[in-house]
Amino acid sequence: MAVTDQQQIHYIASQAADIRLNVELQTEEMTLNLGPQHPATHGTLRVVAKLDGEQVVKADVVCGYMHRGYEKLVEVRTYPQINTLINRIDWLSSFANEVPFILAAEDLMEVEAPPRAQWIRTVFFELSRIANITLFIGEMGVQLGAITPVFFAFRDREHVLNLIEEATGGRFHPNFDRIGGLKDDLPRGWIAETKEAMRRIRGYCDELEDLLMGNEIFEARTRGVGVIPADIGLSYGLSGANIRASGVDWDLRRDAPSPLAWKELDWKVWTHPDGDSFARYWVRLQETREATKMVDQLLDGLPSGPIQAKVPRIIKVPAGEAWAHTENPLGEMGYYLVSQGGLGPFRCKIRSASFHNVSIAPWLLKGVYVPDIITILASLYFILGDIDR
Amino acid sequence: MLALEIPYWQLTIIKTAVVLSIIPVGALLLGYVFLLKMMAHMQSRMGPMEPGGFHGWFQLFGDAIKFIQKEDIIPSEADRRVFALAPLVVLVSTFLLYIVIPAGPRLVVQDLDVGIFYALAVSSLGVIGVLMAGWASANKFALMGSLRAAGQLIAYELPLILAVVGVVIQAGTMSLQGIVHAQADGAIFGLSWFGNPFIFTQLIGFAIFLAAAQAELTQTPFDMPVAESELVAGFMTEYSGFRFLFFFMAEFGTAFALSAIAATLYLGGWSLPGIEGTLADILGPVVLGAKVMLVAFLIFWIRFTFPRFREDQLQAFAWKILIPLSLVNIMATAAFKVFV
Repeated sequence: MAVTDQQQIHYIASQAADIRLNVELQTEEMTLNLGPQHPATHGTLRVVAKLDGEQVVKADVVCGYMHRGYEKLVEVRTYPQINTLINRIDWLSSFANEVPFILAAEDLMEVEAPPRAQWIRTVFFELSRIANITLFIGEMGVQLGAITPVFFAFRDREHVLNLIEEATGGRFHPNFDRIGGLKDDLPRGWIAETKEAMRRIRGYCDELEDLLMGNEIFEARTRGVGVIPADIGLSYGLSGANIRASGVDWDLRRDAPSPLAWKELDWKVWTHPDGDSFARYWVRLQETREATKMVDQLLDGLPSGPIQAKVPRIIKVPAGEAWAHTENPLGEMGYYLVSQGGLGPFRCKIRSASFHNVSIAPWLLKGVYVPDIITILASLYFILGDIDR
Repeated sequence: MLALEIPYWQLTIIKTAVVLSIIPVGALLLGYVFLLKMMAHMQSRMGPMEPGGFHGWFQLFGDAIKFIQKEDIIPSEADRRVFALAPLVVLVSTFLLYIVIPAGPRLVVQDLDVGIFYALAVSSLGVIGVLMAGWASANKFALMGSLRAAGQLIAYELPLILAVVGVVIQAGTMSLQGIVHAQADGAIFGLSWFGNPFIFTQLIGFAIFLAAAQAELTQTPFDMPVAESELVAGFMTEYSGFRFLFFFMAEFGTAFALSAIAATLYLGGWSLPGIEGTLADILGPVVLGAKVMLVAFLIFWIRFTFPRFREDQLQAFAWKILIPLSLVNIMATAAFKVFV
């Protein structure tokens, strides 16, 4: 902990040269309530910040305004019904929510989807990653005052959403994954369209790299802001791009055994040594580009064959316990399923990435200025549904 | 020469009416052309297309009608009188700006000898209204926004004035009409057919003026006071209905006025080579309008492209870069004036 305090003090000192002056003048503290209704909180996160002038003395993050009780709700639903429900956890990358749950159920039932289904799953997994992170890349600009990038984000994300809609029928909530396979095969002509869309997304990444990431003001606003040292990040349970931006080379797609097709692709896990807001943005941008390349490779090597393994018409999962986790766009997402042999699970623990990712916010927000609260929260990148479930 | 003999009081009423109508017209023009259409096209959108039939030209009128119909909400904790007065104070400072801007050899409400000095002085009156609005709203976001605005306007008033000093030295007068004439009659490198718009000799001053004007207008990248992602809407948070409309009009009216001042100081104002006398009085407003749109385009282009500075970076930018740079500019201009 000694190291922690040292770093914290150093950080505060570098942020505010006039901190001693403030202590001498004994200014009054003001409590500022950011949220639950506030433009920068992506929904209903509440940050209660004690301010000394523009500087945060103490910040508390209050979540739960959107708690929907999913862990309880799944206990009274059958497996196919649950699939619909968990689409709504991280609503920007719904398909990626389904996959770990289905994997856990498949693990209990001891069925395995055929290779073609696994590959298509991987395609949609990466597509939902792209749909999610393209929005982040643009939205970060809005939080910092640049209003243009987010419109580019919506423009280009639309192509990905169209692809998902075309193949699954649902734009936001595909509900496409099934135990033992997939609902449908890919429609005709879809592969060519997808490649075109991936080319577009790569162009969008280049554009944003020039427009936003290369901007001096953007760098000034994000570099050195919200630095997470690797050990602190790990101790708070951070995952995904947030921890990779602190230099931890850890990606479940590569590091965890998974039936999905990532192992057969040629790709790279991006890390950044700095751990600040800029690093988190940079890592996500690189990951988006990497994901488009992965989709291209997946579509080139798509195996033929069935897309559904043999499963009984009424799905009953044998008694037992299973844990499955994947590297979702926001970080590690996992389901711990406890089955007692019924139509639905007895208990289901959902490990969602955002909940753990924002848990570091009170530590991170200490001593920063008010504008940096927004930068830090934006760069941590959470989805409210993923925090509150 | 037009021989118009109008009694003083009639003339005053006409002048007041013209200035009063120019504020909403200018605000609507900038709002429509830049805020609605240019921003939309920069962001691969169309912007409003339906209202009024042709490319949504009626959109802002519709917005204004909507704002006027809205309930006039004053928060219960607010200081009612100050809260109600604040938008007017901001609007009055905009109104006063237009008095000295010349649109032709004789088309000026009052050509003061200290014209530019007066313009820069009244342009900072608006900050009083902003402070009033923020303080009276009884809202923390509004208070923080207005204090940021005050700090920012004080910081950026200086480079604005110092940038103008270069022009004043070169023109030898503070009267805006005089500055226009100095540019129209001037010569650069012995070429005199198009005069000497000060943008050539005062390029640094022009850049500083634009940056400082951007900050005066609290537009991105200097929009900390109204930073919508953190302070909701800054000092305007609690305002709605026609009081919000006043702020909106004042914002874009001031943008129009500052663009006009920049056009007058650096681009030659109403003057166009080869046009003189009565023709200049008739064409002057058009020429000035075109130049204003050019300057406003620059301002809004920057506004829609950049992220915003943090408060400390913003202050550092003013005190450490803009002010020293403008001082150097003054020194150089003075040296040229004396020795060349």
